[in-house]
Amino acid sequence: MTQTIHLTVNGHPVSVTVDDPNMPLLYALRNDLELHGPRFGCGLGQCGACTVHIGGEAVRSCVTPIGSVGARPIVTLEGLGSPEKPHPIQKAFIEEQAVQCGYCINGMIMQAAAFLAKNKRPSETQIKEALANNLCRCGTHLRIIKAVAHAAAAL
Amino acid sequence: MNQITLSRRSLFKQTGALVVSFSLLPGLLSAQSVNQRGVALDELDSFLAIDKNGNVTVFSGKVDLGTGLRTALTQMIADELDLPMTRVSVIEGDTALTPDQGPSYGSLGIQNGGVQIRLAAATARRALLQQAALVLKQPEDGLSIKDGVIHGKAGAMISYGQIVGGKSFALKVDTNAVIKPPADRHLVGTSVKRLDIPAKVTGRFTYMQDFRLPGMLHGRVVRPPAIGASLQSVDDSSVAGIPGLVKVVRIGNFLGVVATSEWGAIQASKALKASWSEWQGLPEQAKLWEYVRNSKVIKEESTSQTGDAAAALGSAASKLAATYQFAIHTHGSIGPSCAVAEFKDGVLTSWSASQATHNLRKQLAKMTELDVANVRCVYIDGSGCYGRNGHEDAAADAALLARDVGKPVRVQWMREDEHGWDPKGPPTLIDMEGGLDASGKPVAWRGTFIIPSGGAGFVPLVAAGLSGLPVDSGDSPGGIQQDSAIPYAIPNVHTILHRLDHTPFRPSWIRSPGRMQNTFANESFLDEMAFAAGQDPLDFRRSLLSDPRGLEILDRLEHLANWQKRTAPAAQEGKVLRGSGMAYVKYELVRTYVGAVAEVEVDRASGQITVTKFFVTHDCGQIINPDGIRNQIEGNIIQTVSRTLMEELTFDRSHVTSLDWESYPILRFPAVPDVVMDLIDRPGEKPWGAGEPTAAIVPAAIGNAVFHATGVRLRSVPFTPAKLKAAWV
Repeated sequence: MTQTIHLTVNGHPVSVTVDDPNMPLLYALRNDLELHGPRFGCGLGQCGACTVHIGGEAVRSCVTPIGSVGARPIVTLEGLGSPEKPHPIQKAFIEEQAVQCGYCINGMIMQAAAFLAKNKRPSETQIKEALANNLCRCGTHLRIIKAVAHAAAAL
Repeated sequence: MNQITLSRRSLFKQTGALVVSFSLLPGLLSAQSVNQRGVALDELDSFLAIDKNGNVTVFSGKVDLGTGLRTALTQMIADELDLPMTRVSVIEGDTALTPDQGPSYGSLGIQNGGVQIRLAAATARRALLQQAALVLKQPEDGLSIKDGVIHGKAGAMISYGQIVGGKSFALKVDTNAVIKPPADRHLVGTSVKRLDIPAKVTGRFTYMQDFRLPGMLHGRVVRPPAIGASLQSVDDSSVAGIPGLVKVVRIGNFLGVVATSEWGAIQASKALKASWSEWQGLPEQAKLWEYVRNSKVIKEESTSQTGDAAAALGSAASKLAATYQFAIHTHGSIGPSCAVAEFKDGVLTSWSASQATHNLRKQLAKMTELDVANVRCVYIDGSGCYGRNGHEDAAADAALLARDVGKPVRVQWMREDEHGWDPKGPPTLIDMEGGLDASGKPVAWRGTFIIPSGGAGFVPLVAAGLSGLPVDSGDSPGGIQQDSAIPYAIPNVHTILHRLDHTPFRPSWIRSPGRMQNTFANESFLDEMAFAAGQDPLDFRRSLLSDPRGLEILDRLEHLANWQKRTAPAAQEGKVLRGSGMAYVKYELVRTYVGAVAEVEVDRASGQITVTKFFVTHDCGQIINPDGIRNQIEGNIIQTVSRTLMEELTFDRSHVTSLDWESYPILRFPAVPDVVMDLIDRPGEKPWGAGEPTAAIVPAAIGNAVFHATGVRLRSVPFTPAKLKAAWV
């Protein structure tokens, strides 16, 4: 049954018409709202490529029913910053060149942003633990760790 | 988003576009115009064009798979033409626009592709100078170039745009064109920041998975529950209620659904009821190596032969033998493959992240029985593929669905499609034998490599096979014979391939195909021989090499890693045992040299291996972008530590069972090793590849380190705790 769902995405009120309130949020963000930050990686909540912030928490949008979001604000990678005005974490990823193919990087940045909001001065071990459930296949891990540490110092 | 048409005028409207984020909207091409742009490999115009503003567009057949190739090519061409990088843009992997420079594999993007384009740029530079000399009426050797403007005496000047803007060069690439000497380069050799990263970290980059066409539908393929099963019946009523469902498509055993929404397609693919025949054509996983050992050998190929290895083995004072196994691996792209296809006016246009669009074009033409001239394949960056993963198969899926419904269709593989149906790195079994004389000198070496048949050809498309449409035949595992021969001077050597008639899963190349497996066996066995001879493994290698660049690698590695000589495993007590091991490769025996030392910790109780650090010395000749190479080397190490310690396809008699990241785990952040590098730059030499050679030495370096730590030889990848504990006396 078709229904309209109201969301707040990157500070803007938006509405999405869906056939199924159990549809994962990811598909609405990517297909209806044309946001390219959150990415489809596994659809199982295992890899982290789809991570967004909902109410300030890092959440896997591929396993989050759109109908469950409610009034909590959603922030995507686009909402953090732009190429012209990058967020300090995005800036640190550019400075450290912490990207290879970049497909996982949305998850790395969104997970790290939520983590750094709670832990301002993390150790390297804490950064690794915070990102332990985000997968990267290119092997960019060392640069990602450096970028997050760099961002922590800058924030 | 910028639009590109085939007309040069509009092509050059995207001046200064650093990130080529574009859409090739359909309908711009008629059937007749697909081949409008010349893409001949000997024509300068095939590789680059200069518009009226003097901006350069490079047409590259090699594509950036997330390795930084686009940035490196821009550096090379901007340098050669004395332009700032902002005035050079790169178009990649479009069969209508870019020359066929071969697939983007084998660490050849710069080595072959970049060098070819740089030669075209050098030809263009010379032609521009000659033309400027005529126009300015000044001798050519008195002219200089700055930022695309050629300056003569007395303030005379003319720009590239004024000379050639919008017109073609109509020149052959001069194979003798003189490339700028190292001292005149300003960009090559420097760590220019990658052009794509700002867009990638802010969600502005267009990946293949983001590409959309107006009126596009979403498709999913319903896979057989067993790889070789036949489709017996489909119950269309099982999906009747799915919102937005357009069609259930059945072609032979190819079964797909098309819907107006992506979620609709996913739901339909899950809900569709179909019955399939039984099929149990896979071997038992527990007996895989027996199965490989007993497979029929259809061809023997010698890859090196010196002296008489058989006789020398017979008369050697001491003899060693060992068998090495390397498990089946999947590519494991984080983003599953994705493609969009459209049939219009008799032309198939396919957008995908294929590393080989010119080859894909031929494969799609074959499957759809179209003239190859009526197929256009366009590359758009995808998730890293590390070889031939599922990108091409997704393109074939999309082509069949789009043809059937008459509208553009996007196919996004699900995680289980990628893990289950991408082609696999085949199981590899290697027998090694060696002989030492009474003084401990190696006198005999024999390697027998039991591997699939075929080379780096066309991997058959899954959709073509399922549908019963024309399909390429035979196995294409890649150039897996490479590095079976050794770089060491041993008087009696024989390396021989036993090519099998069959391998359990559709094979293809995965980063460093064959080179990794063969180097694992060779460098592990050499280590075994060194200890048997009572010699330090690094000194042992040094005694067998005469190549000065190889020796420099070893010397610098010894220093970098603070290598401690040893002739026996480290005798140690305690819960955690530590050790180090080394390996060396001269890639394919003709190019990039890499040496590495791995440091490991082994938990005595659990058998768990942790790789704590890797030291790498690396010589790929001329370095284009040092940080780009460092990024690639880190990636090679970390990805291959994962493959070596953890990765192994699992399967039952019918299908792959490791269909997600729980069942096919890869290395996570807490377990990544530190990587310390020493890059050797040789600006006067040719640039060789750096995208995969380092991967080749990782398994042997780890195995040798585990031996140093524990005295146990691990000869079967992956090095699981269970295998280590089983081998521990």
